[in-house]
Amino acid sequence: MADMVATRVAYGKALEELGGRYGDIVVMDADLSKSTMTVGFASKYPDRFVQMGIAEQDMMATAAGIATMGKKVFASTFAVFAAGRAYDQVRNSIAYGCLNVKVCATHAGLSVGEDGASHQMLEDIALMRVLPNMSVLCPADATSAGWAVEAAYGHDGPVYVRLGRAPVPVYHPEGTAFSIGGSVPMAKGGDVTIIACGMMLGPALEAVGLLADQGISAGLLDMYSIKPLDEGAVLKAAGSTGAVVTAEEHSVIGGLGGAVCELLSGRLPVPVVRVGVDDVFGESGKPAQLMVKYGLTAADIAGAALRAIGMKRDAIRPQEV
Amino acid sequence: MSLTKDEKATIVEKARIIRKDVLRMVASAESGHPGGSLSCADIMAVLYFHEMRLDPKDPKDPDRDRFVMSKGHASPVLYASLAERGFFPVEELMSFRKIDSRLQGHPSLKALPFVEMSTGSLGQGISAANGMAIAAKMDKRPVRVYVMIGDGEMEEGELWEAAMTAVHRKLDNLVAILDYNGLQIDGSIEEVKSLTGIPGRFRAFGWHVIEINGHDPDAIAAAFDEARTIKGRPCMVIAKTIKGKGVSFMEGEAGWHGKAPKPEQLEQALKELDGGEA
Repeated sequence: MADMVATRVAYGKALEELGGRYGDIVVMDADLSKSTMTVGFASKYPDRFVQMGIAEQDMMATAAGIATMGKKVFASTFAVFAAGRAYDQVRNSIAYGCLNVKVCATHAGLSVGEDGASHQMLEDIALMRVLPNMSVLCPADATSAGWAVEAAYGHDGPVYVRLGRAPVPVYHPEGTAFSIGGSVPMAKGGDVTIIACGMMLGPALEAVGLLADQGISAGLLDMYSIKPLDEGAVLKAAGSTGAVVTAEEHSVIGGLGGAVCELLSGRLPVPVVRVGVDDVFGESGKPAQLMVKYGLTAADIAGAALRAIGMKRDAIRPQEV
Repeated sequence: MSLTKDEKATIVEKARIIRKDVLRMVASAESGHPGGSLSCADIMAVLYFHEMRLDPKDPKDPDRDRFVMSKGHASPVLYASLAERGFFPVEELMSFRKIDSRLQGHPSLKALPFVEMSTGSLGQGISAANGMAIAAKMDKRPVRVYVMIGDGEMEEGELWEAAMTAVHRKLDNLVAILDYNGLQIDGSIEEVKSLTGIPGRFRAFGWHVIEINGHDPDAIAAAFDEARTIKGRPCMVIAKTIKGKGVSFMEGEAGWHGKAPKPEQLEQALKELDGGEA
């Protein structure tokens, strides 16, 4: 885990690599190519790069038009603009027609840091997940981010790929088996299962260690595919441990936690405690400070695990918040 | 190439049939948008029966010309044009807006494969048309892209983003047609949002602007001919039209933007279009 690589960097590298292999890839950006890391593709394949300027709505609907001509389009900007500002274009021009536009959104979540709430997208998983035809991937590291780009290319239909700004450890060795609708078991445990995605995989791994120190055996799944969800893995985990914690750098409403609760409430109701940002906007600060202030640390996940285990023992005890 | 006498007669006749189809569809559905369908019916007739390179027998030919109805509520005139051109049976038009139909209230490319872009949320179709023109240039295909926009639609900010994109990317394979009928749901476009100086706005953006009477087949065809000679920038055909054109009681009435005629009104309208008493 020596290397620290931001998922957006892995995205840019994967695009360059795929660009050489597949002539039908078109990449678009809205004046953020040096941040989203599409700049590498742009300089290697300028004829297949479309710079749209600061016009995200126009970019998404233009991407849809390009996709109707048989191209696979990767459209990139910050998550707050991709999923927020251009929501209607993603909905009506891309998702409704099930077109091959891969919305690869970087700078998702609180870890954007100093830019503050206007740029900290905490609702994109919820917004994208509710769109019919849309798949949602949230890779945690460079390995899975690289895979996600290739998977998005190969998938027939729109895909939203959520990418981060900050460098993160490489958790997954090359050759790890990923699939759309899959997950990676990171730890086995009998008392509780933690289901994490994206930036929260690191804190979740750490939480497994904190819990072990207290004699608690926690399983961990890297749920990089949020839609389709790896329902089999979630149901198996819920069945074997009877208590679930979800962890995401996203609002507690509608994201990974929401998806897990929706599944379990109808199929296998067990206590689920969701770790994420409460129903509030973020603020400026160092990413590490923000993760502490908004309850996204390993200790928060471990605390949530203890609460979930407590509820399992006494099912009628209401969840303590 | 100007229209021959026979070509012109064909287009006039097709426009008349398309208008009748539009009215029957909307009346049958008891909902839909006749006003802005009738206003651009003559332009659609020129596009589908003269201008665009299309083959109903090979509807997915990658080199076909593309049409995007950015003002997606004018779906009736798009469906009628496609059906009359032979893309699907004319009888299917009566399924418009009904359950299990391919003819959705607003065009859906998934529901009806001859629709090139799903539209309905205004301002997006012109971006999508730009995308088609960009991709055609990338692959050096001889495709020309036509996009119909509404004048009220110009109030959407995305339209101006797209207007910049088309010029920046030198999309001389793109022709936008503005159905300038002057009316939107809440009244005249001047009342609703002072859309003054429209040709100048597009010229200032760098478009080649052609102003015509949007009910004159010769002028419409000539505009498309002129557009083909323009290199290095997109063309905007500003077509002055009358909302509800062809039906006396609908002409110039904002109220007929999105209202279906009652059976007796339909009868009257069809009679007028057949040359009967107005």
